[in-house]
Amino acid sequence: MNWSYAQNIITGLVSLVKGMQVTMTTMLTPSPTVEWPSETAPLPPRFRGHIMLVADESTGFARCIACGACSRACPSNCIQVIGEKPEGVKKKSPTLFQLDFTKCSLCGLCVESCPVAALAYSRDYALAGPDRQVYSSMDLLTGFASPLTEQCHEL
Amino acid sequence: MFESETAPTYHLETVEDNQFVLNLGPQHPGTHGVLRVVLHMDGEYILTADPVLGYGHRMQEKIAETMTYTQVLPYMARMDYLGALSYNQAWVCLIEKMCGLEVPRRAEYIRVLCVELNRIASHFLWFGAFLLDLGAFTPFLHAFADREKILDLLESVTGSRLTHCYFRFGGVGADVDDDFFAGAQAFVDHMRQHLPTYHSLVTGNVIFQERTKDVGVILPFETWGYGLSGPVLRGSGKQYDVRRSEPYSIYPELDFKIPVEQSGDCLARYLVRLREIEESLNIIEQAVAGMPDGPVRSKVPKIIKPPEGEAAMAVETPRGELMIYLVSDGTKVPYRVKYRVPSFANLSIFSHLARGQLLADVLAILGSLDMVIPEVDR
Repeated sequence: MNWSYAQNIITGLVSLVKGMQVTMTTMLTPSPTVEWPSETAPLPPRFRGHIMLVADESTGFARCIACGACSRACPSNCIQVIGEKPEGVKKKSPTLFQLDFTKCSLCGLCVESCPVAALAYSRDYALAGPDRQVYSSMDLLTGFASPLTEQCHEL
Repeated sequence: MFESETAPTYHLETVEDNQFVLNLGPQHPGTHGVLRVVLHMDGEYILTADPVLGYGHRMQEKIAETMTYTQVLPYMARMDYLGALSYNQAWVCLIEKMCGLEVPRRAEYIRVLCVELNRIASHFLWFGAFLLDLGAFTPFLHAFADREKILDLLESVTGSRLTHCYFRFGGVGADVDDDFFAGAQAFVDHMRQHLPTYHSLVTGNVIFQERTKDVGVILPFETWGYGLSGPVLRGSGKQYDVRRSEPYSIYPELDFKIPVEQSGDCLARYLVRLREIEESLNIIEQAVAGMPDGPVRSKVPKIIKPPEGEAAMAVETPRGELMIYLVSDGTKVPYRVKYRVPSFANLSIFSHLARGQLLADVLAILGSLDMVIPEVDR
């Protein structure tokens, strides 16, 4: 057994001890993960979920004026808006507001392009459904959002 | 195996005795994505290694020709999902350069701050994945715990954790608050304390040294020919960084060094990246300290129509030099967009490096090049 061989063993042992030292300190520090789903990590206020319509406070209807700016701004072509003008009212209102969430890239250009701030991001992130239809043609006019959504925020 | 002009074809008849063809990928954890490497082997040694690209080809350049300038922005984050903000920056800087748009100073500072955080996050992911390739699992968990802090910070600003779409023409999407600055400063302080752990855990480790030292050596004279950039280039002793050589944004005003290592092996590339993390921490600290007040977005026309002509913009992404070349015909849709991506150029030296190496070393080399396959294929 020559000297360099012994030296190798010694360096190996030293690095083993160093490694174990790190393991021990990590064992004593609090865990960075949370136990989902019983606990959830806090969502930041700017979280970008799927889009949803914002209700007008005075009327309770969607604030949307069916101008189609969001649909034109969308890079993935996933918003379809059809609107008509009810009798005696100045503004148009949407009769159909459909989002194809399977195509959406969550870029937020639609929300930015809206002239009346009628779009907001949902806080809904745990998305799962029984079939594809639920997300490929989300009707945003029903209850203004997916039934899972609890709260919304305006940017 | 499919026969085509581009894909290398190896048939069993053409392979001599004691030699065989090994397909590494496309679904292989060592290639970090859908990259296929056809390895022609003699026992444990590589005779030739041919990367087969295109599994993740999404026609990014063609897509850009069908969209308005604003609509291309979210696609930028899809190419290099780990350095999304660098890509954001390249695109907005290019359009601003072409249209002559002004950017408020606060917006420039916020951009640099976010990009550097993003760079550190990307290096952490590389650090974890590279050491996983070498068979070490613990460093991966350390890196991801720290990366999580950056993702939380960036999520609070940009609204998403990975494919950020935050920069806008003439500024950034929304202003940031003091909590973010405090968080960034706290992260810098935390990392300064925690980085020595990385070194004591990995850098000095005998196994790690054995696996990376003198493996995959890129000689300095080879680098320019292959178009290498980023940490792969700087690991071979060339001091080249777009932030210094073709300064953009507020980088000329900031005080930071370009880390360079001379040996050109996997260890050198590793050390360069770790030292880059330190330099990025310095930049973040300076950006937080020097953050001016004011608007974050200047007035820009609603429909962006750059004048007829062409322009190019290069930025330093975590992986190297990204250049976007744009030809505009004066309409609201780009005429031609060309992406010169760092991962693609860095991959080109791989088959040269792999020749004659052991299979296990090839994985170390592939890991040390730090590739994002959607960026290679785009």
